[in-house]
Amino acid sequence: MRTTLALLLFATAAPAADPPANVADALKAITSVSKEGTGNEAAAAGWKVVTSAGGEALIPTLTAFDGASPTAANWLRSAVDAIVEKETKAGKKLPGIWAFVKDTKRSPEARRIAFELARAEDKAAADKLLPEMTDDPNLEIRKEAIAAKLPIVFGTGESVPARKAAIRQLFEQVRDKEQAESIAKVLTELGQKPDLTRHFGYVTEWQIVGPFDSPKGVGFAQAYPPEKGVDLAAKSPGKGGEITWKPTQSADTYGKVDLNAELGKHMDCVAYAHAVIVSDKEMPVEIRAASPNSIHIYLNGKKLFQREEYHHGSVMDQHTGKGTLKAGKNEVLIKLVQNNQTEKWAQSWDFSARVCDWSGGALPVKQEVVRDGKTQVVDLGAIRETPKKEGK
Amino acid sequence: MRGFFVLTLSLSLSLSLRAADWPQFRGPNGAGTSPETNLPTGFTADAGLRWKVPLPARGLSCPVVVGGRVFITCSGGNKDSRLHVLAFDAGTGAKLWHRQFAATGNTNCHPKTCMAAPTPVADANGVYALFATGDLAAIDNDGNLRWYRSLVEDYPAITNQVGMAASPVLANGKVIVPMDNNGDSFLAAIDAKTGKNVWKVDRPRDINWTTPVIRGTGKDAEVLFQAGKEVTVYAADTGEKKAGIPGSGTIPSPTLADDLLLASGRGGLVAFRYKDGKPEEAWKSTKLAAGTASPVVYQGRVYAANSSGLVVCGDAKTGNTLWQERIDGPFSASPVAADGKLYVLNEKGKLTVLKLDSSEGTEVLGTGDMKEEGLATPAISGGAIFLRGEKSLFCVGPKLDK
Repeated sequence: MRTTLALLLFATAAPAADPPANVADALKAITSVSKEGTGNEAAAAGWKVVTSAGGEALIPTLTAFDGASPTAANWLRSAVDAIVEKETKAGKKLPGIWAFVKDTKRSPEARRIAFELARAEDKAAADKLLPEMTDDPNLEIRKEAIAAKLPIVFGTGESVPARKAAIRQLFEQVRDKEQAESIAKVLTELGQKPDLTRHFGYVTEWQIVGPFDSPKGVGFAQAYPPEKGVDLAAKSPGKGGEITWKPTQSADTYGKVDLNAELGKHMDCVAYAHAVIVSDKEMPVEIRAASPNSIHIYLNGKKLFQREEYHHGSVMDQHTGKGTLKAGKNEVLIKLVQNNQTEKWAQSWDFSARVCDWSGGALPVKQEVVRDGKTQVVDLGAIRETPKKEGK
Repeated sequence: MRGFFVLTLSLSLSLSLRAADWPQFRGPNGAGTSPETNLPTGFTADAGLRWKVPLPARGLSCPVVVGGRVFITCSGGNKDSRLHVLAFDAGTGAKLWHRQFAATGNTNCHPKTCMAAPTPVADANGVYALFATGDLAAIDNDGNLRWYRSLVEDYPAITNQVGMAASPVLANGKVIVPMDNNGDSFLAAIDAKTGKNVWKVDRPRDINWTTPVIRGTGKDAEVLFQAGKEVTVYAADTGEKKAGIPGSGTIPSPTLADDLLLASGRGGLVAFRYKDGKPEEAWKSTKLAAGTASPVVYQGRVYAANSSGLVVCGDAKTGNTLWQERIDGPFSASPVAADGKLYVLNEKGKLTVLKLDSSEGTEVLGTGDMKEEGLATPAISGGAIFLRGEKSLFCVGPKLDK
């Protein structure tokens, strides 16, 4: 509640001032850059206008991050550096920087820059502000804020239940994997049952099918039957015989499914994993996956992402597909392609995937699964409450 | 105080007029050599350092020195997504400017490397800094952004989750950008003035860490780019493929010394001698094979530093081994040569300086220890050796007269 009030206060703190006309035109030139260097000449001229204007161009430049492309944002980023360098050498303070930090409507990236500048100007004030930013839209600020807040929570004279509640709230807000794990450990020591799988929105129940034959890696570009529509009762020609969909469950905290274990050890092959996500309403979604294999991510038949790269590591969120969940049932389909490398480190065929919002936080969605022949709607990651049966 | 700064700056700029530039990965055209003389033989914490300055983040990229300015890149922050380009005064170590960018491409990589792995290239107009994320920025000597490209925004299928490290080079007013990777794999020439493509050619979809070398000048200039199957020769002005020279290496970069081309691969080091404009295989040597470091040719001899700490000297004409010396390894940085000395930096940050002459052996002239990770190839300019540690940039050489 306190944090919410603070953020509401922040959100109304700083109306953006109109920049001088020449700076506004220059910023427009910068934010108009597009692919393959289009607009570079005008942007370079604009960059000089903006940086020559000094301190009065700082907040307009940070404000111009709103809606800017990643390319344009980097033009702006370097302009901020040049302005600050010039103002700092002249011994001037940076106007409006604190109000900009507190204005959570602004670009998270620009606010991060502003926060660093504010901290360089007055570290004590920044340290005081930071613990109130544990739900900040900028995830770097959020991570630092949670790290700053934790010792404060422990240091209070509050009752044990109040401290538990405060740490629980931090757990809900955390998005960084290592930080989430360390807070989960604290909660566990306090007798709580934090669930990292649910926290991150991992899908732990899938229907999988494979292996489809993919000689010389052709399967990455080839559409097998599941890409034309998923029929869980269908039988398909597979590598070495007929294949059918089968349910699988992952007991791994981060939802890892080992396809070698589930489908047998194969090379030059393709597998699919299918899940039905149930949403109360339409909402933006990110389907984030990790796999050492080549991958496609589909949502409701639309391809959101593909990457053809093999055995160069598997890390959380290395692949992200952005889309929109519709109200009701949504079909998530992941295609995993294994190649034919012979090295020992190139034998893995696995994946994990989660359904989350822009920040990496779990969405308020459920999953439709079939258990013991009955269709049920359960929480994502719910299987972890029912340990895997021996030999399944 | 201001007067002192101006005096020191003018001293360092006058020094720069006498200094040989070191504009790219492994110096002029990636040869790893410099005409500089009176170079240092080592340093300690108390003596032999002209200056040492902290860096904002890690990097494997090498310092480059042009016109008395040292340019360097770093990467750090959350998931290695903060990219830095800095310029220092080569004479004093004073920071001239610092520009930052957000990574727009993937930052996953092998833990040994990072996003600041490609070495920037510089000319009289400033620096061109490429990062493993595909972010490419051209910044003038005063820190003004001339242009910027997010190559991953332009070509979203670029992917190499081991981490890219090949460095850009300059040819005929173009920034030659090696972008071999598992997705949209290409070699591109980008106009150094505008940042727009002059040409872009498809490349085999595979990862590759070698930096191209340029052979010839003007309209005859060629880009020699080594990868897993060959050293491909492209016309620098058009990108037209002109030839393929057999070769099979993706880690050490090729070395061009006059008419001798060295290409490292799994079978060792292969030398090609250009005759009537065409390369002919001259010799092969397994003893001159290197793990990561690229070979250097200096005064008719080839020097290679392998992963086990062995420095091997061979005859550039025959490839025959002349001597080998075991020093503290292993090496990721490439050896560089000048002033009758070979500078070899190991991964622990220890610099060993070996004597080079026509004799059948060598001797250690001196050492120095950064006491920081040493993965970047040293640079030579202005009577000094520039070393990049994990946290600091070192200038090894005599202090400037005041």
